Amino acid sequence: MIDQYRAVFDALPTDGVPEWLRPVRQTGLDRFMAAGFPTSRDEEWRFTPLGDMTRTPFAPAGPPRAPVSQADLEPYRFGHPEWPALVFVNGAFAPELSQTADLPEGVMATSLARALMTDPELVEPHLGKHLGADATPFAALNTAFIRDGAYVRVPAGRTLASPINLVFVTSADADGAMTHPRNLIVVEDGARLSLVESYVGLGESAASFTNTVTEVTLGQQSWLEHTRIQRESEAAYHIGFSHVHQVRESHYRSFSMSMGGRVSRHNLHTRLDAPNTEALLYGLSIGHGEQLVDNHTTIYHDKPNCRSWEVYKAILDDHSRGVFNGKVFVTPEAQQTDAKQTNRTLLLSDTARVDTKPQLEIFADDVKCTHGATVGYLDDLPHFYLRSRGIEPERATQILTYAFAAEVMDEVAVDPVRHELDQVVRTRLGIMDRI
Amino acid sequence: MSSSVESLVNREYKHGFVTDIESDSVPPGLNEDVIRLISEKKGEPEWLLEWRLRAYKAWLKMEEPHAWANITYPPIDYQDIVYYSAPKTVKPLGSLDELDPKLRETYDKLGIPLNEQKLLAGVAVDAIFDSVSVGTSYKEHLGELGIIFCSFSEAVREHPALVQKYLGSVVPISDNFYASLNSAVFTDGSFVYVPKGVHCPMDLSTYFRINQAGTGQFERTLIVADEGATVSYLEGCTAPARDENQLHAAVVELVALEGATIKYSTVQNWYAGDEEGVGGIYNFVTKRGKCAGARSKISWTQVETGSAITWKYPSVILQGDDSVGEFYSVAVANGRQQADTGTKMIHLGRRTRSTIISKGISAGRGNNSYRGQVKVMPKAERAWNYTQCDSMLIGNRCGAHTFPYIDVQNRSSAVEHEASTTKIGEDQIFYLKQRGLNTENAISMIVNGFCKEVFKELPMEFAVEAQKLLGVSLEGSVG
Repeated sequence: MIDQYRAVFDALPTDGVPEWLRPVRQTGLDRFMAAGFPTSRDEEWRFTPLGDMTRTPFAPAGPPRAPVSQADLEPYRFGHPEWPALVFVNGAFAPELSQTADLPEGVMATSLARALMTDPELVEPHLGKHLGADATPFAALNTAFIRDGAYVRVPAGRTLASPINLVFVTSADADGAMTHPRNLIVVEDGARLSLVESYVGLGESAASFTNTVTEVTLGQQSWLEHTRIQRESEAAYHIGFSHVHQVRESHYRSFSMSMGGRVSRHNLHTRLDAPNTEALLYGLSIGHGEQLVDNHTTIYHDKPNCRSWEVYKAILDDHSRGVFNGKVFVTPEAQQTDAKQTNRTLLLSDTARVDTKPQLEIFADDVKCTHGATVGYLDDLPHFYLRSRGIEPERATQILTYAFAAEVMDEVAVDPVRHELDQVVRTRLGIMDRI
Repeated sequence: MSSSVESLVNREYKHGFVTDIESDSVPPGLNEDVIRLISEKKGEPEWLLEWRLRAYKAWLKMEEPHAWANITYPPIDYQDIVYYSAPKTVKPLGSLDELDPKLRETYDKLGIPLNEQKLLAGVAVDAIFDSVSVGTSYKEHLGELGIIFCSFSEAVREHPALVQKYLGSVVPISDNFYASLNSAVFTDGSFVYVPKGVHCPMDLSTYFRINQAGTGQFERTLIVADEGATVSYLEGCTAPARDENQLHAAVVELVALEGATIKYSTVQNWYAGDEEGVGGIYNFVTKRGKCAGARSKISWTQVETGSAITWKYPSVILQGDDSVGEFYSVAVANGRQQADTGTKMIHLGRRTRSTIISKGISAGRGNNSYRGQVKVMPKAERAWNYTQCDSMLIGNRCGAHTFPYIDVQNRSSAVEHEASTTKIGEDQIFYLKQRGLNTENAISMIVNGFCKEVFKELPMEFAVEAQKLLGVSLEGSVG
């Protein structure tokens, strides 16, 4: 089955591809061909049955039959219309739907394909440079197909006043199609950026395959607020890999929400590669029906005096399955590490299932590392309290479920984004009125 | 790490002596003939030989589990191991009074009271020397209560129906690589049966000793507590200090019927190899208990200070409704030791509860991994688990790892997992020193405090032993 990917690779257009990128792509393909699709025998994929996905002959996605309009996108964009936005439809940059006017001087927000043509010397030092041996076979496959995606660069000392929306749309007719968006985010020394990365499926039944990689490099004392929202169609396959490389005194804050896809998997790896860096990772997964929602995070504490803080939550209903694996590695050098990880899962039905594996690997002695994981149903006591105040049992369950989600939603730092996400979560949980 | 800790000297492994005794061994190697020979030497019935051969066939098809455990070691040549070795002077069914003075001396030196008149003797002991049991104390006294406590070979001869009923019922012959190997070649071990409603009046104990070079020890322990019975069982182990690695692949099966309680405590002090990691025991052990009946309880307590490599996951299958599983563990990895240990709690019955407390101490160049699984099956309504695994690191050449797997398929259950990492704080040592303790005692007190929750689960004699052992194991752990 994997041979079809070689055929797609061989057919890739090579025009406008810089010389140095070709071996990078080739290495990606070789790595994927050598590894193949992971199976449940691979520890990293033990609880993530990929099922039909590995047997489906996905074809590269073409343009949609009916053009996607601004109105179609309205529910999926956050904040104000004047916020900068890069929109990609079926993997290709859609300038007519994007908004890149009024960017501060030196700030670049464009498609990777364009940046490769106009500023290859800015892209080359970063593209594919930090994805290590820990990258999944899917990330390697993405590298083989590097063609388009978002490119954002904030030069040293600049701060963007408003967040940038990155919207990746799969059209309703993209059944059996695949896209491999490749994003590169460069935040230079002292720069600040807020990013909202959305994956959206317009149809309810398109069994498409999105295999995306986002590489982030953070310079000294830089700051990034990264919100990632995955709302693909519930028939789609979504595999995402985000890699963050951090140097001295940089600050990374991530909020990752997964609620779409038949099977979805997001790997978030962050490497704290200099002293005094900080990473805050928050996540919320909501699964129902037959969905499988998988989150893997890895935090590399490579250097001393770094701090990481992680809270991932999942709400699982019906026959859905949740998977969580959170790794924290502390090298012998990384003394004074402060790492805390929390994973909580709420099971709303008797047929939902979760497999969670918080994992610590520590090689330094003067560190503070903890993790905690809980799985369960809503507490009886608060439920009883609400009922004693005259609230119907179903309503009490709704309120408590929402409160469970709200605790982590509160960590989205950008106000308009938080409010809109709140609506999205309420809609999904069926709580439309104010509580 | 403070220089005061560094300055502590390494004390020798005090159980590292060899007993010079003639032994009856089979030649190294493993094939069907060796298995037939072992079975014949032990005068076993046909069904047991068949069982061994089936296990051997299953084993041949298996792969050594190298991929997932966080341990590394050179390949083991299974054809280079002596699978049976017994002191020549041991007669089957030999009474304790006729015990070879050399063997008695060995156990005296190890501080194990085989003599029933001894003051310390509140404990009945089955002594296993290499492949065979050399004696069991208090057998008659226990027999009056209907309790069967004897070597495994004796049980096969005297109580074949019980053995046949329960052998392999918890750890089947094809369970895993080492368990299958054990099933094929096990030589001796202990057997305990506590009848209905009987509360075993004294702790039962087995002391394992590897003596002969080039041998592996493959013992099998089976403990059955019938309805409403209770029993507490202790296990200790030592081996001579040698440059070669010796394999110890044991299987322990516990069966608790309705309302029964089994408490199993281990203080494992196999030779750990020298500072450079030369020699030491490979301790690849399968231990599992089944709470077969309602309201039954199985509790594992282990203090793992020895062995070059420990690969051990004492588990509980919580089958009966309202049954309880517990796991308390202290594991030390010093020098070049590697420990990959933890537990599995499989919740099948309703309202089953389990508690896991694991304390891992890493020092020197040791690597300590907690690997555990809590699995709640769909029918285990209102199952409950609490897991706490704490690590202490001494120095930055060692490692602490936690791999907890949590798999929940029932929404009414509650599973909690907590893990933390600490070190011995300079401020803690300073405080204790200014209260008049020397550094050595201060460290010992801090480490014992760290392990207190586990030690309090041990029977008294063992707790004292474990505290001393921990002090010795950690001495010289520079960082």
